[in-house]
Amino acid sequence: MTATQPIIRLDQVTKAFGVGAAGASFTAVDRLDLDVGAGQMLALLGKTGCGKSTIFNMIAGLTEPTSGIVTVDGRNPFSDFDAFRGKIAIVFQNDRLLPWRTAVQNVELGLEMLDIAPKRRNETAMHWLGKLGLLGHENDYPHALSGGMRQRVSIARAFATDANILLCDEPFSALDEMTGRTLRAEFLKLVKENGKTAVFITHSINEALEIGDRLVVLKRPATIALDVSLQPDSTAESKEAIRGRIQDVLAS
Amino acid sequence: MTMSEPQAARRATKARGAIWRRAFSYVLPFIVVGSLWQVAAQFFPPYLFPSLVEVFKRCIGILVNWDQLSDVLATVGRILAGLAGAFFIGAALAVAMARSQSANRFLSPILTLFQGIPALSWVVFAIIWFHGIEPRIFFIMVMTTLPAFTFQVLGALQGMSRDLTEMVMSFRPTRAKLFRVMIIPAILPDIMTAWKVNLGNASRVVVVAELVGATGGVGYELLQQQQVFDMAGALAWTLQLVFFVLIAQAVLTFIENIVFRYRAVSERTL
Repeated sequence: MTATQPIIRLDQVTKAFGVGAAGASFTAVDRLDLDVGAGQMLALLGKTGCGKSTIFNMIAGLTEPTSGIVTVDGRNPFSDFDAFRGKIAIVFQNDRLLPWRTAVQNVELGLEMLDIAPKRRNETAMHWLGKLGLLGHENDYPHALSGGMRQRVSIARAFATDANILLCDEPFSALDEMTGRTLRAEFLKLVKENGKTAVFITHSINEALEIGDRLVVLKRPATIALDVSLQPDSTAESKEAIRGRIQDVLAS
Repeated sequence: MTMSEPQAARRATKARGAIWRRAFSYVLPFIVVGSLWQVAAQFFPPYLFPSLVEVFKRCIGILVNWDQLSDVLATVGRILAGLAGAFFIGAALAVAMARSQSANRFLSPILTLFQGIPALSWVVFAIIWFHGIEPRIFFIMVMTTLPAFTFQVLGALQGMSRDLTEMVMSFRPTRAKLFRVMIIPAILPDIMTAWKVNLGNASRVVVVAELVGATGGVGYELLQQQQVFDMAGALAWTLQLVFFVLIAQAVLTFIENIVFRYRAVSERTL
């Protein structure tokens, strides 16, 4: 449970796939209770296939739970889909840039959905591209950008809409270690500066410890195995102790 | 590092040479076929293999005579109208089939059945069912190209990247915006291919339709040439249609080059 007012709430949420005439089904998420407070940076950690992305898709309103209730800001993100326009932004595992749009046009995408005037749209997109060190590449098509640059564009795209909630699905896992580390630091700075609530999915303990001010470890099918808060002034020893607990949970 | 003047001149000469070589490779097949025809013209009577000079004169004759040119334009109009009709109906059907499994299950067998019906049968049906020439030809053109357009657009819709669609959906677009920013750009390459393929098909079908069911157009004129055994005329009228297809293909390629400039080009060809 969180000290602040929860902005994201999952109440006894189950998601099963393949339910139907065939009978065979796979439960990805099993009666999960999870609250995320406003302004919190939650790192969701778990092994591959433990249902992290399914939780992510349910919070994003892209998938409907089989049972239980998901609410974001008091509303159902799946049935009230349009009500969340401009309120939830997502950074995906791969950059998912539209290949037929230039970098700046990709960043403008979310702003177009919000009917922002073209001039302001362009200014906002350029501002975020600048913040992420991409000025001079605004008119490049995705194929002309490196993997790190493309992921920067996708981060700029997520921030440009000024959504309160950021959902990040292993956004740096496809990058090399150095680029990933640099981008992670930039990303963390931007989240804190802009006071966003973020749910950050990762399978890396180091990344979770670096980013999250709360860590939730999931076991398969997605149920909470460990839920710990990290203080900003956490010492290296306390982080090591948490790392040990996480490793124990993941090994069990 | 800047290039010296002789280097730049050498590079420009090389580039010009490459352009000429490329242009020559395009015209070479036509030169070979034309030469073979001209050789045949020396040994066979004109009603079998007329001289290319005579064919050329007849081609020009068609282009400068308004009555004859209007026949060519009528055929071109029929092709474009038929293709546009088939494309819009096909695209609407494809969207319905992509959105609904039941629509797909219902429409797929019907379109497959239509695909199996020969163009000439559609011509006969059109003559029986319709009175005017234009409705007949429009109907024939639509029915013969509709299945291909529908299946090609459906394939493009079903082949759209799920990742990109999800990404766009995460911004909660309205239906109109989803179409504008995602669906249309994603399926445009397949639509262009569909137009290119159907253009060739349509130009063949329109001749059959006009041959049997019209009193004007390239097909009708071909029938006139056949009745007087005028091979030069038959070739000249056929070439009008070929020129139209070549021009239309060039226009489509030009549009492709502009619209799809975002595509990465590998230095190593397939």
